Amino acid sequence: MSNTKYILGSFADPDEMMHGIDKLQASNISIYDCFTPMPIHGIEAKLGVKPSRLPIAAFIFGATGTVLGFSLLYYTMAYDWPMNVGGKPSLPLPNFVPVTFEVTILLCALGMVATFFFRNHLFPGRTPRVMDLRATDDRFIIAIDANENTDHALIDNLLKEAGAVEVKYNDRKYVSYE
Amino acid sequence: MGTHSHHHDYNFSEQYKFAGTAKVLSLVAIVVGIVAVAFGMLSSDHIIVERTYANLLLMGYYFTCVCAAGAFFVALQLVTQSGWSAGLIRIPQAMASILPIASIILFIIIALGLTTHNLYHHWHAEGLIDPNSPNYDALVAGKASYLNMPWFLGRQIIFMGLYSVFAVILAKLSYNEDLVGGLSSYKQSFKLSAIFLVIFGFTTPIWSFDTIMSLEAHWFSTMFGWYNFAAMWVSGLCVIALILIFLKKAGYMSWVNENHLHDLGKLIFGFSIFWTYVWFAQFMLIWYANIPEETVYFYKRFEPEYKLWFWINIIINFVAPLLLLVDRDAKRRLNMMAFVCILLLLGHWLDYYIMIMPGTVETHRGFGFIEVGTAIGFMGIFIFLVMNKLSRHPLAAKNHPFLDESLHHQI
Repeated sequence: MSNTKYILGSFADPDEMMHGIDKLQASNISIYDCFTPMPIHGIEAKLGVKPSRLPIAAFIFGATGTVLGFSLLYYTMAYDWPMNVGGKPSLPLPNFVPVTFEVTILLCALGMVATFFFRNHLFPGRTPRVMDLRATDDRFIIAIDANENTDHALIDNLLKEAGAVEVKYNDRKYVSYE
Repeated sequence: MGTHSHHHDYNFSEQYKFAGTAKVLSLVAIVVGIVAVAFGMLSSDHIIVERTYANLLLMGYYFTCVCAAGAFFVALQLVTQSGWSAGLIRIPQAMASILPIASIILFIIIALGLTTHNLYHHWHAEGLIDPNSPNYDALVAGKASYLNMPWFLGRQIIFMGLYSVFAVILAKLSYNEDLVGGLSSYKQSFKLSAIFLVIFGFTTPIWSFDTIMSLEAHWFSTMFGWYNFAAMWVSGLCVIALILIFLKKAGYMSWVNENHLHDLGKLIFGFSIFWTYVWFAQFMLIWYANIPEETVYFYKRFEPEYKLWFWINIIINFVAPLLLLVDRDAKRRLNMMAFVCILLLLGHWLDYYIMIMPGTVETHRGFGFIEVGTAIGFMGIFIFLVMNKLSRHPLAAKNHPFLDESLHHQI
């Protein structure tokens, strides 16, 4: 057995990469992931990627913001030190709308950015996990788990037939910046 | 996308056939409208006549706004060089094409209402600006250099005339593009759209100050223009989406799919929130400052005749789209989108109703045959004219430079 962990098919053209995915899937070869320098329309559906759950996180952060913003206003304006502003009731709900809204948006936005960074392991000091550096530049990469798919010759063939410029056999999952 | 050439079996020259039930129903609707308006106009009770005028203004304004929103949509897509909408651009173009007719109808309503003192009587009545008259009104007299009949009607002609000219030329350039191809039509439309958007952006607030806000000439709000623009834009988008859904269900426009509907849904959702934002900003500032000359507007709308409808307005135009369209899948389903669009179109009718009625019929508010009949009549005119226009040209702008991008649109 070789020590190959991942086979990477490197394409110069996104359409050829999409064609490569079709060919691999037709031969029942499971694709680990694809890496592209730009968004490719339709690739999620083709790879069967589940829809992002980021909206759920956004809703929870937003709802937290609503509760926090409103509590702050209620505590300061109506409970701890009720203030008479222009003869308005001590719980002037219309006045509370803008601040509550702003805190909702603020927490929602910051929370989503934080969730995105956390989920993608992008925080300061973290070495980026990259399987092929050129996927950040001009290449479209299909990564295949070499242990799950044992017929490496077939994979090599299919990738090259589809137009892969290069097929790599990597012993390590990630190449980091050295 | 890349080097592959894509092969489609779309028939871009397919044309809508306007016949059968759709045509008959729209003609029946026009007859219902004529009967309702005639019934109101010929009444011996002047309150009923005034109510008919108020309804004509409401629907005439709504009709013109929706067509203007079509022109705005076309211009916006051109200026932003948007690709996604290229496949469905014929729908707003058809709406824009009939803007001149809508404008003429609205102008006739405004001119008749003004001269017969059924509309705008807050600033146009005997002796209002004559210091020796018992009717003298210092506030109105102060605004008389702006709010007087010739200049008022002149502005209506200038504004609606400008919108109509641009709308018709933009649609014509695209129809011409089908025949000659190339980029010249697109480049010309791009320039015209940029000019149109500047004119439209600066004048629509003034146009709504004139047409609707001056019904209660003592009151003013600088937010009013954007509030009306938001209503216009949301209702225009809803109409575009509804026509699209209708055509899809009738088997046309196979190149437009749920991705395009999703984008329309996002715009409808977003601008419903924007409508609420402007509505609330106007309401809250007036509520907070509590100055009598400003609160008079909401005082009238808090009278028992209007209060319930005042709150229903917020529920339909804000809460409903917020809850119904927030979900991704909801925006991609034809039936759900159709339901929300119809709801929002009814909602913005109510929105205009609350803007117009307290300044015209005041406590003699009514909801009956005149309201429903006039609305159905204008709906009939709109459907007849737009569908007729749609049937005259291919449903796809086959030489649009971004048509291919539209076909691959995916979100």
